[in-house]
Amino acid sequence: MSEDPYVDPAALLEAVPFCRYLGITVAKSGDGLLLTMPFAPHLVGNPMLPALHGGVTGSLLETAAVMQVAYETGGKNLPTPVDITVDYLRSARAATSYARARIARQGRRVVNVQAEM
Amino acid sequence: MDTPPPWLAIAQEQMGLTAFIAGIGGVFEQAWPVARARLPYSEKLVGNPQTGVVHGGVITAMLDHTSGLAVMAKLRAFTPIATLDLRIDYMRPAKPHQDIVSECECLRVAHEVAFVRGVAHQGDASDPIALSTAAFMLLQNAIFPGAT
Repeated sequence: MSEDPYVDPAALLEAVPFCRYLGITVAKSGDGLLLTMPFAPHLVGNPMLPALHGGVTGSLLETAAVMQVAYETGGKNLPTPVDITVDYLRSARAATSYARARIARQGRRVVNVQAEM
Repeated sequence: MDTPPPWLAIAQEQMGLTAFIAGIGGVFEQAWPVARARLPYSEKLVGNPQTGVVHGGVITAMLDHTSGLAVMAKLRAFTPIATLDLRIDYMRPAKPHQDIVSECECLRVAHEVAFVRGVAHQGDASDPIALSTAAFMLLQNAIFPGAT
């Protein structure tokens, strides 16, 4: 590969099979990235509401955090999450979801990131 | 509770039919006394194309859903639930081409909130991929289910 893949976050994300499965796309927005995930029936966790699965919410948030770290640090490898805490404020309805993340602290080995969806 | 509630098999079946979990290939093996689900490896779950390791969100989803089933097993009456918060500690990357097993146990059901801990592993629970701690809201008094 001749180019650093992190030059283009969209190409980086497109290379991740699970993100393709979820339908997540990314675009540069201001200082950071904005992730977009259109609603799709295979993302449903509660058919009664209907609402997205909590794991889909967690996946989008984790992806936003990982992408933001990759984007800002320009590393060669995707960062590996150490832990993740998701606070669910309400159910995610059957609509397009957006997520962005902000690095709260960047250490030499560990980065703390806050993501919002 | 010494015995599982009689409707638990139905709840387990229903939860196994959830579009997202069924879509990624997750299968519920048991609900009581410990809730357990299994997820076979597949290419679409990969989060790191260089290593073939599954996306962390896959493990989050399995632990979230299995935790929910663990709560169901502790309830005396069927009650809709919603995840309030979920913490995942990733112990090690999941090995590619191996099943992921999630096992969760509900430790306490209070009036409105239930607490669950879980583990994800690949056959040996003493060598976990991830640990989880979750809290669920019980929606028995929910007036506006859409607002939860």
